[in-house]
Amino acid sequence: MNPHNLSIEELKQTAAQVRRDIVRMVHAVNSGHPGGSLGCTDYFVSLYFRMMNYSTDFTMDGQGEDLFFLSNGHISPVWYSTLARAGFFDIKELATFRKLNSRLQGHPTTHEGLPGVRISSGSLGQGLSAALGAAQTKKLNKDKSLVYVLMGDGELEEGQIWEAAMYAAHHKVDNIIATVDRNGQQIDGSTEEVMSLGDLAAKFRAFGWHVLEADGNNFELLLPALEHAKAATGNGKPVIILMDTEMGYGVDFMMGSHKWHGVAPNDEQLEIALQQLAVESASDY
Amino acid sequence: MKEYTYTEKKDTRSGFGDGLLELGRKNPNVVGLCADLIGSLKMGAFQKEFPERFFQVGIAEANMIGLAAGMTIGGKIPFTGTFANFSTGRVYDQIRQSVAYSGKNVKICASHAGLTLGEDGATHQILEDIGMMKMLPGMTVINPCDYNQTKAATLAIAEHEGPVYLRFGRPVVPIFTPADQKFEIGKAVMLNEGTDVSIFATGHLVWKAILAGKLLADKGISAEIINIHTIKPLDTEAVLKSVAKTGCVVSAEEHNRLGGLGDSIAQALATTQPAPQEYVAVNDTFGESGTPEELMEKYGLTENDIVAAVERVISRKK
Repeated sequence: MNPHNLSIEELKQTAAQVRRDIVRMVHAVNSGHPGGSLGCTDYFVSLYFRMMNYSTDFTMDGQGEDLFFLSNGHISPVWYSTLARAGFFDIKELATFRKLNSRLQGHPTTHEGLPGVRISSGSLGQGLSAALGAAQTKKLNKDKSLVYVLMGDGELEEGQIWEAAMYAAHHKVDNIIATVDRNGQQIDGSTEEVMSLGDLAAKFRAFGWHVLEADGNNFELLLPALEHAKAATGNGKPVIILMDTEMGYGVDFMMGSHKWHGVAPNDEQLEIALQQLAVESASDY
Repeated sequence: MKEYTYTEKKDTRSGFGDGLLELGRKNPNVVGLCADLIGSLKMGAFQKEFPERFFQVGIAEANMIGLAAGMTIGGKIPFTGTFANFSTGRVYDQIRQSVAYSGKNVKICASHAGLTLGEDGATHQILEDIGMMKMLPGMTVINPCDYNQTKAATLAIAEHEGPVYLRFGRPVVPIFTPADQKFEIGKAVMLNEGTDVSIFATGHLVWKAILAGKLLADKGISAEIINIHTIKPLDTEAVLKSVAKTGCVVSAEEHNRLGGLGDSIAQALATTQPAPQEYVAVNDTFGESGTPEELMEKYGLTENDIVAAVERVISRKK
């Protein structure tokens, strides 16, 4: 059971609040990654406020709960905000992001014991392997819940992803729903300029995965896609969603470019961003 | 010099394989992963008896480390198996982030360490693995000396919560430690009490140190010989106590002299009670093809090299 189970209208309000947190967090320390965080906000909010079955009384083992892994750890702001808003820790702690002695490290880690995080990520390409391992342990434990993992599209340039992709199909790890944030951008430019990813659907199909596509910035389309993915589990194949998102979604001057991958807004830009991310009753941390 | 005898020689990797099988029977949470080297790692018996708890990963070591880290979530105790080179250097960042920094209960089990891998040559003969692994915060590093000790270590690390690097080898070597000796992580084993020099050895060099002890006794030199099976955490107390008595040190290991057991001992001594030290180790070079015996001879890792190092270090004592 999802502890929130929000309506689409409530999800939209929550997403706007999470986006406000993201731009305020990166602005406060003049560092961090707003672009991918904003693009993936609707996905995170969908998982934690509607789709996933979990308890905010966090345990590392998560027996009987759906688990989430973030492989592209640099979009930590969206995850931290979502976890806090979902009830894993106090939203006031978001103010410690990237500061000394914080549990909210630049990239997510278990090292300081932040509730909700089960493995460190940041060095790219490792999260799919860890998620597959956790999924196989669920099978050994006769635990029917699911494992979700998010990867960046640029991250697919790492070879380990394809080692894991091959393994997942061979071992029929069908209790996992992987998602690729297909925003088409990476630090040095568009993915097609830097290292063309080509036909990802065909690639994952050739590796033996059940491939779905989704619009990651439209709840009316994203929620049915996530339900479809859930229904596709348990059929002998790993499931992957190629999710189109717009980097910087919700803040017009951050959209459509790789330039806001890892750059924080200045004071003036923050004000404009917050105006664009209006919420009926904002409860900023 | 205390008498050490043996009736049988066996490879330390078989100690690992037999230990893993026993663990499988004792602990249902133990799972095995291997990157296409089941025969070399002696994991076949475990795979046969517990197929549902064994995962063939193929030639994909990075994925294997990540899988193992993930499998700990939900309470499994993964034992990964491949050659020492592919267990460490090839996957250093995966171990660093997904295992060590994440504090995961993964046992990285590495065979064919060092020169004694033999004919395959330097591409496979890793001599830097102890250094790489001991630099990772929270990592325990163990290099047992014979079949019995490797089996005992395999059983012991399952009881230890946290990441472990277990290093063993390919060649058959004398079995001289008692089959019933309990393995205590981080506790040095006194093999011979002596007064003139402390010889600290690890892995295959422990037996060579015993052979050297006999040669030294014939020369009238009383060597204290200590088996350091756990390089990290180092049994600093045992090191300091012995050197306080003997006043000089020889370290012996099948590893680069940079970053191995010798450096750990030197650091422990330098910060408390400095003493002359000589290294028996590979002198910052790669190996090459040859038989294990030829390689140990060429790269200076025999009992005679230990004797020569002892004579040098004793002459440096004030």
